[in-house]
Amino acid sequence: MSWTRENRWRAVLVLAGVIFTVAAPGVLELFTIINLSTVIALAILALSLGLIWGYGGILCFGQTAFFGIGAYAYTIAAINFGGSSWAVLIAILAAAVFAAVLGYFMFYGRVSDVYMAVITLTVTLILYSLLRRTSGPEYKIGDALLGGFNGVTSPPLNLPWAPYMPLFPEHVFYVGMAVLIIGYIICAWLIQTHFGRVSVAIRENELRAELIGYDTRFYKLAMFTIGGAIAGAGGIIFANGVGRVTPDIFNLYNSALAIIWVIVGGRGTLAGPVMGAFALFYLTSWLGTQGVVNNNLVLGLILIVFVLAVPRGLLPTFISWWDGARSRRAMQRRELKVRRKRSRRSSDQREVTHEK
Amino acid sequence: MDLVIALALQIVYGIASLVLISLGLAIIFGMMRVINLAHGEFLMLGGYTVVISTNQGVNIWFAMLVLAPLVVGIIGVLVERLLIQFLYGRMVDTLLATWGLSLLFVGLVTSIFGAQTATTISPPLGVIQIGDYSSSAYELFLIAVTVVLLLLVYAVLKLTKLGLVARATMQSDEMASALGVSTKRIYMITFGLGAAVSGLAGGLLAPVTGVLPSIGATYIAKAFITVISGGASILAGTTAASILLGGINGIMAFLTGPTLGEVALLAAAIILIRLLPTGITGRFFRKSL
Repeated sequence: MSWTRENRWRAVLVLAGVIFTVAAPGVLELFTIINLSTVIALAILALSLGLIWGYGGILCFGQTAFFGIGAYAYTIAAINFGGSSWAVLIAILAAAVFAAVLGYFMFYGRVSDVYMAVITLTVTLILYSLLRRTSGPEYKIGDALLGGFNGVTSPPLNLPWAPYMPLFPEHVFYVGMAVLIIGYIICAWLIQTHFGRVSVAIRENELRAELIGYDTRFYKLAMFTIGGAIAGAGGIIFANGVGRVTPDIFNLYNSALAIIWVIVGGRGTLAGPVMGAFALFYLTSWLGTQGVVNNNLVLGLILIVFVLAVPRGLLPTFISWWDGARSRRAMQRRELKVRRKRSRRSSDQREVTHEK
Repeated sequence: MDLVIALALQIVYGIASLVLISLGLAIIFGMMRVINLAHGEFLMLGGYTVVISTNQGVNIWFAMLVLAPLVVGIIGVLVERLLIQFLYGRMVDTLLATWGLSLLFVGLVTSIFGAQTATTISPPLGVIQIGDYSSSAYELFLIAVTVVLLLLVYAVLKLTKLGLVARATMQSDEMASALGVSTKRIYMITFGLGAAVSGLAGGLLAPVTGVLPSIGATYIAKAFITVISGGASILAGTTAASILLGGINGIMAFLTGPTLGEVALLAAAIILIRLLPTGITGRFFRKSL
C-alpha cells in the first residue's frame, strides 16, 4: 500500500476515528455513547455494502440478511455457550457461510445483477416472515428461545475467554469503533490488492475480465462472502447496542436504509456510505422527535431525488467538485504567472523601443 | 375424498392468489423490462381504495372490480409520466427509484390513514361445505376471477390492435417506432394496465388480508419470486411458476405447517433459478405469451 492521495485521506479518516473513540466518552453523555454503538453497527453494515456494491459491483438489496444473521447467531450462540468468545466467531462465520451459499447459487447460476438485487431482497423478507412465526416454545435452538415477534435478549459481550467479565454498555462503543476502524482498514487494503483490482475490473466490464482469463464468478463470490462476514460483525455490535434482536432487523425498511446510505454517501467510496449511515440515522431520529412528517416519506423522497439528480452520491460529487475547484485555481495561478511574464516582457520591449 | 377435494381447493387457491399478486408485476416486467419495486404498494393502494370506498357506502363489488383498478391505474400512469419515463434502459436506477416510490407511498398512506389497520371489511359470500370440511366461497370466487383475468389479458394481447402493437413494441421498440407506433404511449398504457391489474388484485385480497400501509412488503417477496422463476413470458411464465411454487407451498404447508411451506417455496425458487437462470419460459414455452 503506497502513500497515494487517497491513502493519505484514508489515514486522516482513521486518525479522526481513533481520536473520536478516545475523546467521545469524555465529552458526550453516557446515553449518547450507548446510542452511538447502535449507529456504529449500522455504519459497519454500510461499509460492507459499500465494499461489495461500490467495488465489487454486486447489487445486493438484502445486505441486512447477513447483518441480522450475525446478530441472531451471536445471540443464540452466546446463550448456549454462556459467553461471547465463541459466539463472536460463530456469528461472523454464520454470516459468511450464508453469504457464500446464497452467492454460490447466484453467481454460479449467472443471475444478472437486477435479478440478484431482487433475490437478495426476497431472501431477507422471507427470513423476516419466518422468524416472526417462531413464537412458540417449540422454536428453540439449544437453550435459546427464538421468541417470534419479540425476539431474543442478547447477552452482553465479555472479555475474551472470561465469561465472568461482561462489558458495560459504554464499552461496547469502544468495541464497535474498533471493529469499524479495523473493518475500514481491511476494506481499504483489500481494494488495493490484486484481488480488489480484479474485482473493480469485473465491476467495470465483466465480459472483458472474463475474456482476460479471470474466473469472475469466484471473485464475486469471494467479495460477497467477505461483505457478508463484515456485515455479520456489524450484527454482533448491533445486538449488543440494542440489547436484543427481533425479526424487524430483516424488514423492508432496514434493507432500504442500507441502500440509501450507500446511494447518498456514494458508490465507489468506503467513507461515503459510513458517513451516510451516521447522517441518515441522525436525520431520521431528529424527524422522529419532530413528528411532523413520516420517516418513510422522507427516505423515499431522498432516494428518488438522489437517483435522478445526484446519482453518484455526495462524497464522489464533492471530491470531483473539489478537484475541479483546485485545478481551476491552479489554472488561474498559472494564467496569472503567464500574464505577468508577458506584461514584463512587453514592458521590456517597450524599454527597448525607448532606447532606440 | 372430502379431504382430497378440500386440499386440492386450498392448493388451487394458493396458486390463484400467487397469480393474482404477481400478474401486474409480470405485465410491467415482461413488456417493459422494468422491475417495479413499488408493486406491493400498488396492491396496498388497491386495498385501501376498496376499504375506504366501501366504508363510504359504495357497493363492495363495484369498489373491488371497478374502483380499485381505476384508481391504481391512474396512479400508475402518473408514476410513469413523472418518474419511470426518465429511467428507461437504466434498470438498476429504475429499481432504486421505484423503491423510493414504495417508501414514499407507505409514508403517504401512513400519514393520511395512520399506521394501524384501516377498518376492515369481511369477505362477502358465506361458507360452502365439502363433506366435513368447510371452505370460504369467496376463495372460489377469487379462483374464478383469476382465471377470467388471465383469459382477459390473453385476449387483449392476442386479439386487439393495442395488444398487437404492444407485443411489437415488446419485441423491438425501434422497429415499432419506425413503423409509426408511439412507443412512449404504449409504455404509458402498459404501465397503467399493469398498475390497474395490481390494484384489482389488492382490492380483491383486501377482505381476506385486511389493509395496512406496510402490507405491500408481505406480497412483494412472493410476487418477485414468481415473476423471476417464470421468466419473460407474461402469462405462461406467471402461470407455470405459480403452479409450481404454489403447489410446493401448498403441499408442504399441508404436511408440515405454514412456516415450512414458505421455506420450501423459497428453496424451490432458488434451486429453480440456479438451474434455469432465465426462468421457466426462458427454457420452455419460449414462443408463448
